[in-house]
Amino acid sequence: MEMEPILDIRGLCKTYAGGTVALKPTDLRIRKGEIFALLGPNGAGKTTLIGLVCGLVRPSGGEVRVFGFDVSKRWREARARIGLVPQELAVDMFEYVLPSVTHSRALFGRPADPAKIERLLKSLSLWDKRDQRISALSGGMKRRVLIAKALAHEPDLLFLDEPTAGVDVELRRDMWALIGELRDQGVTVILTTHYIEEAEEMADRIGVIDKGELKLVEEKRALMARLGRTQARITLAAPLSVIPGELGRYDLALADEGNVLLYHGAGEGEVAVLLKDLVAAGVDFTGLGIRESSLEDIFVDLVGNNHRRGEAA
Amino acid sequence: MTGFNLRGTFAIYRFELARTWRTLFQSILTPVLTTSLYFIVFGSAIGGQIQSAGGVPYAAFIVPGLLMLTILAESTANASFGIYLPRFTGTIYEVLSAPVGVAEILLGYVGAAATKSLILSAVILATARVFVDYEIAHPLMAAGFILLSAVAFSLFGFILGCWADGFEKLQVVPMLVLTPLTFLGGTFYSITMLPEPWRTVTLFNPVVYLVNGLRWTFYGKADVDLGLATTLTFAFLAICIGIVAVIFRTGWRLRT
Repeated sequence: MEMEPILDIRGLCKTYAGGTVALKPTDLRIRKGEIFALLGPNGAGKTTLIGLVCGLVRPSGGEVRVFGFDVSKRWREARARIGLVPQELAVDMFEYVLPSVTHSRALFGRPADPAKIERLLKSLSLWDKRDQRISALSGGMKRRVLIAKALAHEPDLLFLDEPTAGVDVELRRDMWALIGELRDQGVTVILTTHYIEEAEEMADRIGVIDKGELKLVEEKRALMARLGRTQARITLAAPLSVIPGELGRYDLALADEGNVLLYHGAGEGEVAVLLKDLVAAGVDFTGLGIRESSLEDIFVDLVGNNHRRGEAA
Repeated sequence: MTGFNLRGTFAIYRFELARTWRTLFQSILTPVLTTSLYFIVFGSAIGGQIQSAGGVPYAAFIVPGLLMLTILAESTANASFGIYLPRFTGTIYEVLSAPVGVAEILLGYVGAAATKSLILSAVILATARVFVDYEIAHPLMAAGFILLSAVAFSLFGFILGCWADGFEKLQVVPMLVLTPLTFLGGTFYSITMLPEPWRTVTLFNPVVYLVNGLRWTFYGKADVDLGLATTLTFAFLAICIGIVAVIFRTGWRLRT
């Protein structure tokens, strides 16, 4: 039996005054303990979707249940279990790190627990900065403060809206490690990103959103197996003018004046069979390069095609 | 969490008051300095030429008016700034996504603004004692009226802070509406000193009732009746609560 979703979105939509459709009717179910990555270009509706769940945006229709609580009626119970790290570096510049994080815990109705806050700040390498004014911190450190504030009340569901936007590579790796640790602690993480590498690295499931429409939701591995492509570049010992007829079942093309044979196919396994068939057809080769398509290629295919269709229409 | 979020309320309240302590000079000393200047100019310099107003020595006469001037200005400014600043910086997301509702937010923001006004009121009354020897005839009524005015105008300030979409707008109403109404509201004179038709016109100025209501609690006499002043202040409070209720129901300027 499938586990009850901790976030259950049904028919959720948002049309702003003026008629802009930010989110078309959307269904989405999130399972406990998973890392779900919502991918989409800028303005796709990612932040709107998060805002609708967290209470920052008023829905035009639909229903959201968090841990079984309807967010429109039992919002106190729902919000108490949600943490949100916004995309913008929205921090009170006049505040200091420790009081700011302590304030966040109290705001969510949790009793003071200095030991927990200390552990949290240490885990984010913020303990040494606890008495510093937030305005004096670097962008990356400010982002960590936002994460600490979102985690201060020990949420079960954490939204990270573009968590690594504008941070350096080292910090990005730290963030990924932190998200992994949160998952190990049982926290469900929903992150939006347009760094596909981030989703590829961490996510269990992927959702692709574009122009306010959730286009697909799928297990990352299944998605990459289903939509992923293999490309092989075979350098020939002697140039070919035409592709031999016995290789007709493969998706092949000649390049570099017949010196290179390009293959597009479903997987590495087929490349091995192709090589045997090449030898059988008397076609010798001197080099081979294979490239598997990344999640980014799949994303570009999905979203790019959509945009091209939109432009053509 | 199912009920009222007391910790969340105190968190907002403490956060707002902490801002006051961080800007102590601006928050406390500036109003004290301004009020002292009013006492020097109006109480001592000009007041020396005027024997009494409304049957009260002039220097003492202006004490309730100056106090009300500070309460209106500070309550409005503090509450409007308190809610506008997080809107401006984007930190409002935290309050809006927290398990706090209209009651917690109002008690936090408006409570902190009103508290600061009450502290200032005490400081100003103490400052006034340096310049003039005055008595408060009905201290409990005075405290109640000061509290009522502070809460009502803190609510008004909260509405202003929600409405404003720039720092300029935040200043417009206090500078162009509240200050003129207060100066023309009998702070420095009794409306009986005005010729007609200005005496009648002045009665349409709501601040007249606030200033004279407070003055009545000080000296047992004023240009308007305390009951009428209190009723109108409660009415103003009720209108502000109604507007705030609409703001939260519709999410106007808070939620998109």
